[in-house]
Amino acid sequence: MKMASSLFIPILVLVIIVYAAYKKVNVYDSFVSGAKEGLPMVKSMFFSLLAMIFGVNIFLKSGVINYFFDFLRPLLLFINIPAEILPVAIMRPLSGSFGLALLNDMYKVYGPDSFISLLASVIQGSSDTTIYVITLYFGTIGIKKIKYALWVGLLTDLFMVIVALILVPLFF
Amino acid sequence: MINKLWVGLIVIGSLFLIITGRADVLNAQILSSGKATLELVMQIFPLVSLWLGIMNIAKESGLLLKVSKLIYPFLHRIFPEIPKGHESFGYIASNILSNMFGLGNAATPFGLKAMKSLQSLNKNKEEASHSMITFLIINTCGLCIIPTTIISLRMLYDSKDPSFITIPCFVVSFISLLFGLMIDKIWRKKDGGSK
Repeated sequence: MKMASSLFIPILVLVIIVYAAYKKVNVYDSFVSGAKEGLPMVKSMFFSLLAMIFGVNIFLKSGVINYFFDFLRPLLLFINIPAEILPVAIMRPLSGSFGLALLNDMYKVYGPDSFISLLASVIQGSSDTTIYVITLYFGTIGIKKIKYALWVGLLTDLFMVIVALILVPLFF
Repeated sequence: MINKLWVGLIVIGSLFLIITGRADVLNAQILSSGKATLELVMQIFPLVSLWLGIMNIAKESGLLLKVSKLIYPFLHRIFPEIPKGHESFGYIASNILSNMFGLGNAATPFGLKAMKSLQSLNKNKEEASHSMITFLIINTCGLCIIPTTIISLRMLYDSKDPSFITIPCFVVSFISLLFGLMIDKIWRKKDGGSK
């Protein structure tokens, strides 16, 4: 599996370049003119990312979310869900680095092969940073009205956590 | 939507910091967010340029179009609004494949390129098209065969079987992807006429 992952890029690059050379494309010029598009693209993503990172960081650093966790904890215990999972699940769509840091802490405390770490890993690995992806993709191409994108994204994230809670015990 | 979310994040966060007497955290954030964003963009920039260069070769050689045609029967059902043989299929396929192999670095440039080509089909340039939202849902589901980051973190902590999470991750993200595509379809119908 790891082999396939590390071979994917070299083979992809090789196939693209050899095929283009065979088709008599000026590969070098083509690369340079394509790469030039990178700068305007990065320029247009910067400002929307700045806005979102600023907002998310103020919210996360304020620690207000801890009160929210404390509030929900008894409820989770009531329906037999490990309360430690809550921060991982809520952070997942908000911040990639925060989520990874939480996972890191969990491995440290419970070990990477414990049930709770496994559950957290699956939640972390079965989704992406929804808010970041929306900001990055829509910000870069200048979309102002995102319509129902955020709702569908967050609902799917919630559904994913529920599926993980049901399925991971079966794998363990 | 993003507007409301942003205002909410800042107002709740700031008020809470002021009430708990930690206004200095707020001041520090104002300075450090800029730096954090710049660092992130500086990390993305060379990768985006490099992959855009390589993708341009694939485009000019006609390989991208070939892939687009090949993948059309599979993706057509998910993206009914993209015309047959459009280059965006090639970018979407590259993005999904890179994500599946756990190669986020390559997936992002492909995804951006896919969004750009979807934007060229979009009638109202300020409003997200249905195809864009569907593509976004596929991305936020993080469908992945090899979750590279988590596997390496598990290795770091001497897990007995670092790649154990691979199958559960794939199954869970696949089910949530199906769910995401389903509610996307429902919402798309509700949204109706405006494409």
